[in-house]
Amino acid sequence: MTTEHEPNGLIGASLKRVEDPPLITGKGCYVDDINLPGMLHLAFQRSPYPHAKILSIDVGKAKTMPGVEAVITGNDISEKLNLSSSQVLPKMKIPPHPVLARGAVHCVGAPVAAVVAKTRAQAEDAANSIDVEYEALPGVSNAEAALEPGAPLAREEIDGNICYTMVKNGGDVDKAFAIADHIFTMHIASPRQVALAMEPRGIVASPDPFGKNLTLWLSTQGPHRARAEIANTLGFPEHKIHLIAPDVGGGFGSKGPVYREDIVACHLALKLRKPIKWVATRSEDFITTIQGRDQAMTSEMALRKDGKILGLKVKVVANLGAYLHSSTAGPPQRMLGMACGSYQIKDCRVEIVAVFTNTCPTGPYRGAGRPESVLNIERLLDKAAAVLGMDRLEIRRKNFIQPDQFPYTTGTGVEYDSGDYEKPLREALKMSNYDDLLRQRDERRKRGELVGVGFSTFVEPSGGAGFESGTVRVERTGEITVLTGSSSHGQGHETSWAQIAAELMKTSMDHVTILHGDTHVSQQGTGTFGSRSAVVGGGALAIAAERVIEKGKRIAAHLVEAAPEDLVQSDGGFAVKGVPDKTISWRQIAGAAYSGRVPEGMEIGLQETAFFDPKREAWGFGTHVALVSIDRDTGKFTIERLVLVDDCGVVINPMIVEGQIHGGVAQGLGEAMREQMLYSDDGQVQTGTFMNYAIMRAADMPPMILGETITPNPFNPLGVKGVGECGTNGAPPSVANALMDALAPLGIEHVDMPYTAPKLWALIRNAERKN
Amino acid sequence: MTAEAEYAAVPINVAVNGINYDAVVEPRTLLVYFLREQLNLTGTHVGCDTSQCGACTVHLNGRAVKSCTVLAVQADGAEVKTVEGLADGDNFHPVQEGFREKHGLQCGYCTPGMIMTAVHLLETNPNPSDDEIKHALEGNLCRCTGYVNIVESIKWAAEKMRKG
Repeated sequence: MTTEHEPNGLIGASLKRVEDPPLITGKGCYVDDINLPGMLHLAFQRSPYPHAKILSIDVGKAKTMPGVEAVITGNDISEKLNLSSSQVLPKMKIPPHPVLARGAVHCVGAPVAAVVAKTRAQAEDAANSIDVEYEALPGVSNAEAALEPGAPLAREEIDGNICYTMVKNGGDVDKAFAIADHIFTMHIASPRQVALAMEPRGIVASPDPFGKNLTLWLSTQGPHRARAEIANTLGFPEHKIHLIAPDVGGGFGSKGPVYREDIVACHLALKLRKPIKWVATRSEDFITTIQGRDQAMTSEMALRKDGKILGLKVKVVANLGAYLHSSTAGPPQRMLGMACGSYQIKDCRVEIVAVFTNTCPTGPYRGAGRPESVLNIERLLDKAAAVLGMDRLEIRRKNFIQPDQFPYTTGTGVEYDSGDYEKPLREALKMSNYDDLLRQRDERRKRGELVGVGFSTFVEPSGGAGFESGTVRVERTGEITVLTGSSSHGQGHETSWAQIAAELMKTSMDHVTILHGDTHVSQQGTGTFGSRSAVVGGGALAIAAERVIEKGKRIAAHLVEAAPEDLVQSDGGFAVKGVPDKTISWRQIAGAAYSGRVPEGMEIGLQETAFFDPKREAWGFGTHVALVSIDRDTGKFTIERLVLVDDCGVVINPMIVEGQIHGGVAQGLGEAMREQMLYSDDGQVQTGTFMNYAIMRAADMPPMILGETITPNPFNPLGVKGVGECGTNGAPPSVANALMDALAPLGIEHVDMPYTAPKLWALIRNAERKN
Repeated sequence: MTAEAEYAAVPINVAVNGINYDAVVEPRTLLVYFLREQLNLTGTHVGCDTSQCGACTVHLNGRAVKSCTVLAVQADGAEVKTVEGLADGDNFHPVQEGFREKHGLQCGYCTPGMIMTAVHLLETNPNPSDDEIKHALEGNLCRCTGYVNIVESIKWAAEKMRKG
């Protein structure tokens, strides 16, 4: 983008967040803080079975209980109240996803009946009194087991457990394998994780007295997309729904789709013509909110003896759970573009088998298919090095896509925009004192310790999923209002966007207001997920700002009777070139713009909107290095050092970017060290609370050293790439490689995450017995 | 027993953030719901139903407690302080200031509980080590920050409070 002014230093500054004061004083406003006159409360009776036929539902007692205003089951509502999934393939199977169960339940937590009452306690009391008679059916929770012959059917409505399969071939993979010197295989599984935004899901639905308009407060990552999904599901006009995302307490992918409870709340609010609130308990949130990962990857790699990777075959078996949300089918497909990571492997084949099971639906969770892909390829590279007896760095360097090859099209036809993978690698090796780490490892090994060093050199695609929008409006007084289609839930858009707008407009951040999260305030938008907001939302804002600057300059030139080329941006507006004292402020320009003192033929007003679709993803990259040790006696796994070098292009607010990296790493390390959502073989929930799902706590975090390299994104108005997911993408594979390095002296070749003490202890004991 | 009898209300008297309240609650009402729903102090959040997350942390007679684990009737005659009672007008408490200075919050949902736990920690240990801070935060969960900047925020506040 061409801006004539010198940057005034706002982009790139670690500024304190403008959104903090209400949040640190208890004055934030989350969905559960919304209370309306006459508001009723909604509660659900849910399935305790992973898979069962519903024989009868007795709501008689519930209807008579104090405060109860309505009780409904799946039979009381239209079967059209069904959540739909995008049909990614013609042959994809989409079994029903009714908002209340109809005839059968397919996972624990599926809602069977709904109660509305005057208080939350009354609604819960009545919901608990509903008596449901079930006939248990066989269930299955593991996706690979669900593909075995004779496996129980997770969804009895369809034949088999496969939702869809996809195959993508690049180059001539058979030839690559035919001429290879070495071929090896690997099987690895990503554990299922729970997103666990600290604010559970929730909605307040408030109809007007005639049932013609609906106002919703929803804890969502994308107000416009959620509104469209709700409108389509309810059959209610989109423009009559005013959807507000107030303060949203985290999402991490899980608050992208619309859920059954949202639709039931809207339906009942319209039916009763009264406002209704539903906020999930944590226990409900655990078993109903989309979960992440849970992919098993089987790979074959073909190598030439000099270290060149000739070919790669990857088969992904992805666990979709029992029902399809709008975003459920997406994450496994990431492998299509990312199977080959940062390496030149033109001959490859990726196969995806997406499977129904009797578990909570899955969907995008911070990384959404990226962490699985990076884990797979980075483990493969370490294995390849071992097969060839080659250094792990050398094999990566030999196969890296080189800086002069960008834009680079992968074997499966995906374009990487830009990159220089050696740069963060070099920086990370320096910062981690890599050679010294290896020396330390070797010395400690001699003393009998289990110590390992590992790293990942990964890519992180960001900023996809279509457009984002931005409007820049100069108000009559010259102050600036920005309407962004992007919606913040902890990422600090109000600060970063103000930095962008103020810098481009050469004004003070105090003169900029950022509005988001309200469908009646901003133009259509997409939402915040997939590390996209700074890239696409920031980009749209920058384009809109440039248009306003261009128009403002022409008005300013008109006012001083100069040619636009003779003006330059100066603090607070424009100045005449060479006459810095002769300035025209935004206030003067806005005054003229709204009173018609504009050049002939120009429309009055001073507001521009841009819709920006980069049409390509921004491929960030980085290197993470880990030093780990395992206590031989107890199996306790410790990350002793973690060096993280990320290249996310131009940085808008380094403090916020570091915060994103910290948070992503914590979730990634949760996957590596502790967290796993467990089900019994037939789908019964085993880790449905914070008491038995081992979310990361403060003391679990290892020391981290952050570094960066900056390779501006040539295809973005601001030069930015995304950063939100690099922690979940890059950190776990570096830890995995370090752990396997630590276990290599014992001859242990594989263990799946999370690396819990009992698991490692048993492996070490077995290995010692064998040796 | 009829439902009404089962839920017979109980009178309580509680001082919250220095204001005395006479109220009537159901015996089963948790302190957090009393604060949020009857006093409209919505800064205290509910993040779980098993007393793990700490988003509801308040001070009860000067001690940090999870208000989801205290019945409102147990607070009868007690003094309660919530996050709304920390700042002095527009002047933030040093811990609040620290969270802003050091980017100790992202989505902000766990923040009131984190801050209340941290204030209690610094009242009892004015110069905690990193490990002592992490230990004190054992009962407070955050999913956004990786805790790194929360620890930094509390250290920043500790230093400011020590300097007075």
